[in-house]
Amino acid sequence: MSAEAVQTAPWSSDEMMAVAASRALHDGTVCFVGIGLPSTAANLARRTHAPGVVLIYESGTLGTKPDTLPLSVGDGVLADTADTVVSVPEVFNYWLQPGRIHVGFLGAAQIDRFANINTTVVGEYAHPKVRLPGAGGAPEIAASCCEVIVVVRQTPRAFVDRVDFVTSVGFGRGPGDRERLGLRGRGPQRVITDFGVLAPDPATCELTLAQVHPGVDVEQAVAATGWPLAVSPDLRQSEPPTAGELAVLRELEATRRRP
Amino acid sequence: MAEILPLAEAVGRLVHDGHTVALEGFTHLIPFAAGHEIIRQRRRDLTLVRMTPDLIYDQMIGAGCASKLIFSWGGNPGVGSLHRFRDAVQNGWPAPLTIEEHSHAGMANRYVAGASGLPFAVLRGYVGTDLAGQTETIKPITCPFTGEVLTAVPAINPDVSVIHAQHADRDGNVQMWGITGIQKEAVLAARHSLVTVEEVVDHLKPRPGAVVLPTWALDYVALVPGGAHPSYAQGFYPRDNAYYRAWDAISRDRESFLGWLNRAVLADQGVTA
Repeated sequence: MSAEAVQTAPWSSDEMMAVAASRALHDGTVCFVGIGLPSTAANLARRTHAPGVVLIYESGTLGTKPDTLPLSVGDGVLADTADTVVSVPEVFNYWLQPGRIHVGFLGAAQIDRFANINTTVVGEYAHPKVRLPGAGGAPEIAASCCEVIVVVRQTPRAFVDRVDFVTSVGFGRGPGDRERLGLRGRGPQRVITDFGVLAPDPATCELTLAQVHPGVDVEQAVAATGWPLAVSPDLRQSEPPTAGELAVLRELEATRRRP
Repeated sequence: MAEILPLAEAVGRLVHDGHTVALEGFTHLIPFAAGHEIIRQRRRDLTLVRMTPDLIYDQMIGAGCASKLIFSWGGNPGVGSLHRFRDAVQNGWPAPLTIEEHSHAGMANRYVAGASGLPFAVLRGYVGTDLAGQTETIKPITCPFTGEVLTAVPAINPDVSVIHAQHADRDGNVQMWGITGIQKEAVLAARHSLVTVEEVVDHLKPRPGAVVLPTWALDYVALVPGGAHPSYAQGFYPRDNAYYRAWDAISRDRESFLGWLNRAVLADQGVTA
């Protein structure tokens, strides 16, 4: 390998992923935020280009504006900085279920070619190889938000041809399934990874590579995917993170490491 | 009218082997001290109900209190897995644990039905997921007005619900604020209830957004300052994030867990890791 080939970017692949995900949110977007990578990206958006993004966590905190990254969906900072705090039944029944929330921002343990998400078990349900945390709010977020954005590191273990367990429905087995099931949101429109961005093909609903991050080869993304990953004819390259985005992201990450 | 009693006495009167017990609190106000008292009283064969069985149920499951878990998300928030829960599900240690698994929306609606005196709740949920195929308590239902097929989940009516709150007055009226999650519904759905509180005050001060549970809707109130530690109590103490992180290593193997259990719960009645 030549010296040029191992030259490293002044940002990590996780930072690129967080920045790319943050750019999917805009002022006025109402976003149901999952913990972990989605929460980092959503708070980065609010601290950079989208100060008017509305963040909702399943603990019932509506319009929250945390100054530190929460470790869990129910951290005190979320309640302290919220427009209002509602009960858990209210957040699901009144706010999520009728379709008032534009974007559901989710993570995943496994995701498949039709963007179905598994956070329940690896292996058989009754005799799991790995017992994962389970559904939480995700099934109804995936069903009822106008659209879903998934943020997940791309590895062959995570990107599988078919998930072992459908915790949250993406496009089921393909075109028409969401309509047949009566799911009212449009489903996952982007899957943002540390290699690039995948988007459902408009005809087949299969996730295809739409964008690669700077310094990432298409072959790397294909190798990290457990099905033959199709590449969009309009493949684009992500804009690199700006110095401003990186500075805010690093400052946010530092707040999470405090005790 | 709620009676104000010491924690051990209230738990002793309410929680019995074989009961269905819900300890609720969504990240905030988790009734850890009450959970540890249930462990000390060596209750067995409980059906434990909780939307987010995090550390408190990991500890109770590892201590052998539970034979069944009804839940919707079982993890150590922001840290990782619940190792005692996993060991029970995957290896049956210290006792086999059956599970009844839902989503948050489903669990929330089950409590609402329970609190409302209804046999079931209706929601848009679970459709197309594999949960519907694994969990008996998820069924389709047709709307009698529109013909639309929706999802029904049965009410949860615990024998006992336990929550933690900031304040009670001397009559046993309870007040909590901040993220109040599903606690009101959990208490109203239950046959009996126990609320542990940070402080007993002369008068409850009105607060915007606070939830008040009147004394006549409760059975027992116990004064337990710090009773939500290592979770937090808004206005009293922050979440002990270091405890949550440390739990990962403590709970990872059976020996270190049993050492912790003897040291922190059974021996000195303390609640520190």
